Amino acid sequence: MQRRHTDSAFEAELSELCERLVLMAERAAVMVETSVSALVARDTVQARQTLALDARVNRDELELDEMCLLLLAKRQPMASDLRLIAVVLKLVTDIERIADLAKNVAERVLDLNAEPPVREMEDVAQMCALVLEIYRESIAAFATLDVVKARTVIERDDEIDAAYHTLFRSMLLQMVSDTATVERGIHVQSVVKYLERIGDHATNLAEHVIFVAEGLDVRHRGLASQEGGSDGQ
Amino acid sequence: MESEQEQEAGALGMASGSVLRGLPTGADGTSIEALGLNAYYGQKQVLREVSMKIRGGCVTAVIGPSGCGKSTFIRCLNRMHELGAGARVTGRVALDGQDIYAPTVDPALLRRRVGMVFQEPNPFPTMNIRDNVLSGLAMTGRLAAGQADEIVERSLRAAALWEEVRDKLKEPGLGLSGGQQQRLCIARALAVEPDVLLMDEPCSALDPIATARIEELIHTLAGKFTIVIVTHNMQQAARVSHDTAFFLGGALVELAPTNRLFTSPRDSRTEDYITGKFG
Ligand SMILES: Nc1ncnc2c1ncn2[C@@H]1O[C@H](COP(=O)(O)OP(=O)(O)OP(=O)(O)O)[C@@H](O)[C@H]1O
Ligand SMILES: [Mg+2]
Repeated sequence: MQRRHTDSAFEAELSELCERLVLMAERAAVMVETSVSALVARDTVQARQTLALDARVNRDELELDEMCLLLLAKRQPMASDLRLIAVVLKLVTDIERIADLAKNVAERVLDLNAEPPVREMEDVAQMCALVLEIYRESIAAFATLDVVKARTVIERDDEIDAAYHTLFRSMLLQMVSDTATVERGIHVQSVVKYLERIGDHATNLAEHVIFVAEGLDVRHRGLASQEGGSDGQ
Repeated sequence: MESEQEQEAGALGMASGSVLRGLPTGADGTSIEALGLNAYYGQKQVLREVSMKIRGGCVTAVIGPSGCGKSTFIRCLNRMHELGAGARVTGRVALDGQDIYAPTVDPALLRRRVGMVFQEPNPFPTMNIRDNVLSGLAMTGRLAAGQADEIVERSLRAAALWEEVRDKLKEPGLGLSGGQQQRLCIARALAVEPDVLLMDEPCSALDPIATARIEELIHTLAGKFTIVIVTHNMQQAARVSHDTAFFLGGALVELAPTNRLFTSPRDSRTEDYITGKFG
């Protein structure tokens, strides 16, 4: 991948596409970060700020889609270039969903602030830190097409799932023992579900990094089964 | 390699549907196998130890940078290369297992089985359309009286030109458009009922619509003949062929199912070439 395209304009267009996707992904990461920080701080203003950021990510989605279409039409890319552009078309959807999920978290902040504080908020903040760390790893894996990093991200999704189940269950027990907490308990359960789904989108990102770099599709197969993959030789 | 070729796999190895099924294959078509093929112009070696299997009844595209030996390679498949002064070939080329360089083989008969279509449409300038189609048969003395009309119509239909020229068969071939002339040359090649059709950049002198006609024609011929097409247009190779061979510096770098080669080539030199990272 070290060799450059003979047509330097094409080379520049592809790097711009990647940089723009990374920027979009980072904007969504900031939304996740501020939504959870607003949640912990019970900060309605910050929650509203998060909601406002979504418009920019939506614009990124439209612009990146258009860049991909133009690149396909003008350059008729092949091999890894083709895989990259096809993947960017999908990743903008994943990233746009991450931003939507951050927006959903921020909306719950508004609901939760009308309720008494929730004890488990520190655990939610910890789960969020984990999700963000893994999501940012997947962005970094994309930026450098680092398949080792991408594989780590895919493996670490189990950590997110474990955190999700632990929190979900402790909220449930809390609600059963004290029915007065049901309303806020359900809001918090929704928040951890959103965080868990963000983790799934980070996994998608990482799987697509492997496809761009190696032409290997690891979706729905798991990392272990890839040796017996598409066409042996 | 062969099992992979037969899989028709894309990068993901799981696609199905028309984009994969589009091209018919003819299982009983004539296969070609080159084994340790070398070609020279005088002292200059232009093909190096080329070994590859061309599947019968399939379309194989040959791509690679200018001067890498694509034309030389396909000219070795019907013994045209050796017609040049000082040109020489070593190694083996087998047609359905029979060595075409064996001393018992008559090159003229071989060239009837293995037809060639060139870059520039080259109908015979003094001949009308009908005689152009029949010229190959006339030259080899195989034209039985009474068959001619039928052969002209069949060949022109096969070359998707019949409807356009049926009323002007006596007009000169050169009066046709470039794309029509190229289809006339294909009709001429088909008239002798070859098993293999070699095409050396058959569309490079044609506009996009004439090119689309030839590509559609290749689709209809695929399965009935074994076709080897040299092209500089990678999208064309991706569209018309089952397998693609990438040549570099006189050597075969990679031969793979077309669907895989253009989405996930295995050799980094193939990747560099098809993504435009040369020079
Ligand atoms: N008649 C000739 N005498 C000497 N060298 C020749 C002759 N014809 C071709 N060559 C050389 O042989 C090599 C292979 O030529 P060939 O025509 O097979 O390449 P090619 O891949 O078909 O190129 P292009 O894409 O430009 O048609 C080139 O280096 C070319 O210069
Ligand atoms: Mg040539």
